Amino acid sequence: MSDTLLQGTAQGGELRLAGGGAWVAQNASALETLIDSETARQEKLSQVAIDMNGVERLDTFGAWLLERLVRAFKARGCETKITGLKQDYRALMDELHAVKPEQGPLRKSGGPTAVLAAVGQSIASIGKSLTAFLNMLGELSVVLVRVIGRPRSFRFTSLVHQLDNVGWRAVPIILLITFLIGCIIAQQGIFHFRRFGADIYVVDMVGILVLRELGVLIVAIMVAGRSGSAYTAELGSMKMREEIDALRTMGFDPIEVLVLPRILALIIGVPILTFLGSMAALYGGGLVCWLYGGIDPEIFLQRLKEAITIDHFKVGMIKAPFMALIVGLVACVEGMAVKGSAESLGLQTTASVVESIFLVIVLDGFFAIFFAAVGM
Amino acid sequence: MAGKNGKENGKNGKETVIEVRGVTVGFGEHVVLNAIDLDVYRGEILGFVGGSGAGKSVLMRTIIGLLPKRAGSIKVLGVDMAAAADEERAAIERRWGVLFQQGALFSSLSVRENLQFPVRENLDLSQRLMDELVVAKLEMVGLDASVCNKFPSELSGGMTKRVALARALALDPEIVFLDEPTSGLDPIGAGEFDTLIATLQRTLGLTVFMVTHDLDSLHTVCDRIAVLADGKVIAAGTMTDMLASQHPWLHAYFHGSRSRAGQALAKPPV
Repeated sequence: MSDTLLQGTAQGGELRLAGGGAWVAQNASALETLIDSETARQEKLSQVAIDMNGVERLDTFGAWLLERLVRAFKARGCETKITGLKQDYRALMDELHAVKPEQGPLRKSGGPTAVLAAVGQSIASIGKSLTAFLNMLGELSVVLVRVIGRPRSFRFTSLVHQLDNVGWRAVPIILLITFLIGCIIAQQGIFHFRRFGADIYVVDMVGILVLRELGVLIVAIMVAGRSGSAYTAELGSMKMREEIDALRTMGFDPIEVLVLPRILALIIGVPILTFLGSMAALYGGGLVCWLYGGIDPEIFLQRLKEAITIDHFKVGMIKAPFMALIVGLVACVEGMAVKGSAESLGLQTTASVVESIFLVIVLDGFFAIFFAAVGM
Repeated sequence: MAGKNGKENGKNGKETVIEVRGVTVGFGEHVVLNAIDLDVYRGEILGFVGGSGAGKSVLMRTIIGLLPKRAGSIKVLGVDMAAAADEERAAIERRWGVLFQQGALFSSLSVRENLQFPVRENLDLSQRLMDELVVAKLEMVGLDASVCNKFPSELSGGMTKRVALARALALDPEIVFLDEPTSGLDPIGAGEFDTLIATLQRTLGLTVFMVTHDLDSLHTVCDRIAVLADGKVIAAGTMTDMLASQHPWLHAYFHGSRSRAGQALAKPPV
């Protein structure tokens, strides 16, 4: 079929081209090859006659290729004529004839400088997100002071709603996950400690690990993935749809209306979840000790009482609101940074989760140093 | 080949490209379209009007298969869309283009990639040809090559509509559905868009199904107008028929205060 689309015969200085078939999108690829091979002819040509009588159909694809053919020969200084073009297609050809030849490169060029630029931009963006983070913290403090001055302006309904979302509704999944983590730690501990006959120390390990570190970390990571991403997506899509601008024009401060209740909800919710999570993990640990390790619940509790002090519990609980603050701040900063596109929303949500988990772990490290220094 | 299987219409000898028969669409208790009949003929620009919430967009979305219908049949280019096999339906879908009200450009792709997306998925063309065609299509809709690398969020409302129109035309469709193409444009921009649609319709031989509220568009570019009210097509005909109609809703619509300017400008139809 493709050989009938365009046939060329060169005679003397004249090239006769006869088109045929359907010059439409489906045949555009084949037609392009034919046209390029015609324009690549080495002979010296002065006249080109294109006979379009045989062409049954022509769409933009075919018409553009015809136009490209004409332009290529004109550029070589040939006199080019089109004959037999159906009346219906004249307007289309005129339209395409008016298309200006490409000016300059259409694509942004890549290359080594682009790589360097990308590296520079990503380093600059780290600085930028740090400033944005501090900015948000500052704004939040200002708003908090203002709200304490005028408590009636505080959005209590919003706080309760958010608390329901990030606290109450998170309880089942948090309980389940921390319970399982407690079980796993206890099982691993018993399995390895048994070789030294030190089974009973599993209780110390589970108690201290869960209360000091794991309870709060697991909860913070879960909350970052569950609620932090939701905050970013909510605020981001509100930003995309200009809802945040609308709030601003009505004289509301989006930080006060949207961000403060969300972050406060986390600061209230995460310690509660941490407490519940720690209890579930201890329960799981105790259950495994009993069923797998043969340590009676009675003995487990006795041992736990001796192993842990109130300090271990306090360390975990003190960390919780700070973790919540970090997760909330990062989520809101990233949400506010969303630009017009759906892709940007996705990017910022990813960044929100990754950054908050990273910062939660870094913060946990600093707390470890701090508590070691104060002897807790 | 195109449309050979379409039905000839006895009344004026034109081929029917979209045939809607007894289509009922509802959401829950609420019936939006009640046994609608509508024909769209090849090569015409049909303006589809009706009050806000009357279901104009609903019918358009039902025809293009985005909403399910409760009853009736829809034939596009002679193919019953409900009965068609998947490949057949896909083949028909490649023969229409849709301009959504908000443009619906893919926000993570640049203008060039937006225009090349349908081409890349359906045809096997060289990158050079696709790049050249993007420029050609952009110029056809009155933009220049400089918008190629922009992203949809960087475009103005009018440009978005034009790029969206260029994307709707990317595969050289036979039918184009336009959902309120001139809404949100200033009168000059809207006028230019109307002219553009008329020009493209002429040069590409398109059939245009246009949902609109713009009386000026109806006056200047539409060959025929169909009016939707109370879940029925209450009238279909030329502007003259509409102006002559005594139906109270039509009278209010075409003789209301906002239509005066349009009427004054419109040349008396021949």
